[in-house]
Amino acid sequence: MRQDLTSFDGGTALRQRPASAMAWLLMSPLFVWVLAFVVAPTLIMLVYSVCERGTLGGVVFRFTWANYAAVLDPTYLNILVRSVLFSMVTTLACLVMGYPVAFYIGRAPEARRNLLLMLVMIPFWTSFLIRTYAWVTILKSKGLLNSLLLQVGMISQPFEMLYTPGAVILGLVYTFLPFMILPIYTSVEKLDNALVEAAFDLGAGPLRAFSKVIVPMTSPGIAAGILLVFVPALGLYAVNDILGGGKVDMIGNIIENQFKGSARNWPFGAALGMTLVVAFAAALWYTGRRQNRAA
Amino acid sequence: MKRVNTMLGAWTAAMMVFLYLPIAILIGFSFNTSRLNIVWQGFTLDWYAAIWRDAVLVKSLENSLYIASVTTVISVVLGTAGAWLLYRYRFPGARLWQTLIFVPMLVPEVIMGVSLLIFFVVVHLELGFTSIIISHVTFCFPFVLVAVQARLAGLDPALEEAAMDLGATPAGAFRRVLVPYLMPSIIAGALMAFTLSLDELIVTYFTASAGTRTLPLEIFGRVKKGLDPTLNAISTVFILFTAVLVVATEFLKRRNASLVSRQQQS
Repeated sequence: MRQDLTSFDGGTALRQRPASAMAWLLMSPLFVWVLAFVVAPTLIMLVYSVCERGTLGGVVFRFTWANYAAVLDPTYLNILVRSVLFSMVTTLACLVMGYPVAFYIGRAPEARRNLLLMLVMIPFWTSFLIRTYAWVTILKSKGLLNSLLLQVGMISQPFEMLYTPGAVILGLVYTFLPFMILPIYTSVEKLDNALVEAAFDLGAGPLRAFSKVIVPMTSPGIAAGILLVFVPALGLYAVNDILGGGKVDMIGNIIENQFKGSARNWPFGAALGMTLVVAFAAALWYTGRRQNRAA
Repeated sequence: MKRVNTMLGAWTAAMMVFLYLPIAILIGFSFNTSRLNIVWQGFTLDWYAAIWRDAVLVKSLENSLYIASVTTVISVVLGTAGAWLLYRYRFPGARLWQTLIFVPMLVPEVIMGVSLLIFFVVVHLELGFTSIIISHVTFCFPFVLVAVQARLAGLDPALEEAAMDLGATPAGAFRRVLVPYLMPSIIAGALMAFTLSLDELIVTYFTASAGTRTLPLEIFGRVKKGLDPTLNAISTVFILFTAVLVVATEFLKRRNASLVSRQQQS
């Protein structure tokens, strides 16, 4: 744990010198990059979110809270609530499905561990677009699953699986499962075997050992997994586009529509974006606190 | 305890099937004669040949490869220099900088895409290769930085000092001693940056122009329009390419780790 933290915040004072003029000069491209392309765009988006919409889809720089009020309009509030609900279901499903996998991989013998880790890593890095597309073939009404079910006689006619809330959640779980497994695996790998055995020796059953010892000790991994799944699932509108077919819109679709689609309301889109930024910042802060406590 | 382990193993196997079965079906159907993808009608490579006859698809692939290459070069320079300088020197507010650098790795793509789009409009930068590359570097270089930082954590300070004692200048010590030591992590970071840039859809969607559509953008447009058997073929190529890059990166990282532990033992 210590090792990780030192590499994160710069580390021991011994090897570090105060930054010289030369060091500042060499570091400046990176600092400028971060200020220009991370900090400035977020601040500009904040400004846009409190501006009025112009007549031709432009922006009028006059202060208003109207865009944030619109976020709370019943139409959008419903979509917002649905987004949060879908993301929560996705996160929970990933956690339940992924935790045992992460645990098994973390405690497997080295050769098997490396192989399984690689198998999780490949979908982790593969474009979610292609992985989502793979489900279209399976789920469409004349697709693989329907013809299979017809053949074994479980259904008498194909039913619509694609473009349903179920398909969207399935797609999100499929996309994000590796993002839950990997951080939990990192925590499980650090788990001290002696502590788990001590719990058993002191008479704890598997369930109690799990809930009282294993879960608390892997909580930084769980928190990181939730961070990597919950907020990104809110924003990944392309999955809903492909598997929801425009029928199961989430907040990401609404944002996209304000900028590139027919709605064309940049200030409102910016206000929705800032709402997501706040959700992200809260999740980041919460995770950071969890990890500091664990260290 | 043993029974629990068997159950966990079975569950893990089931989840691997869940992760890989759709991909396997997609790859399988990329060789299917049928346009409709339901039944197996016969083996063909036609869909792969069709990729190369499709000028729009080839053009978008060229765009993607160009963007990913330039992004990788800039990311490696920024990420490697940044990791080294943050390791060696004390900057005021280093913790805050570190957090700001990490944000693009974690933030939902749609937020990055939208905020960068507004930014480019405000500064009057026309959307195109420049805007795409700027966006890609912003979320790619942190991966290089993290990879190099992980390797620096295992660095023996004596290595650099010895080089300087033997008469090397700081610049010479950096080039002759540090860069070779860091090379596996630099390459691993570069492979990650390249893969990320090549695969990225959402940030690119907001920052690309009509003339600079990338391969993922082109695929996304076609997926929304309907099924097209060449999509199975191009997706298969994509998956295999990513798999090769991941295996290569992991191999480098593992060699990295075993080197570090060997040095720490001796």
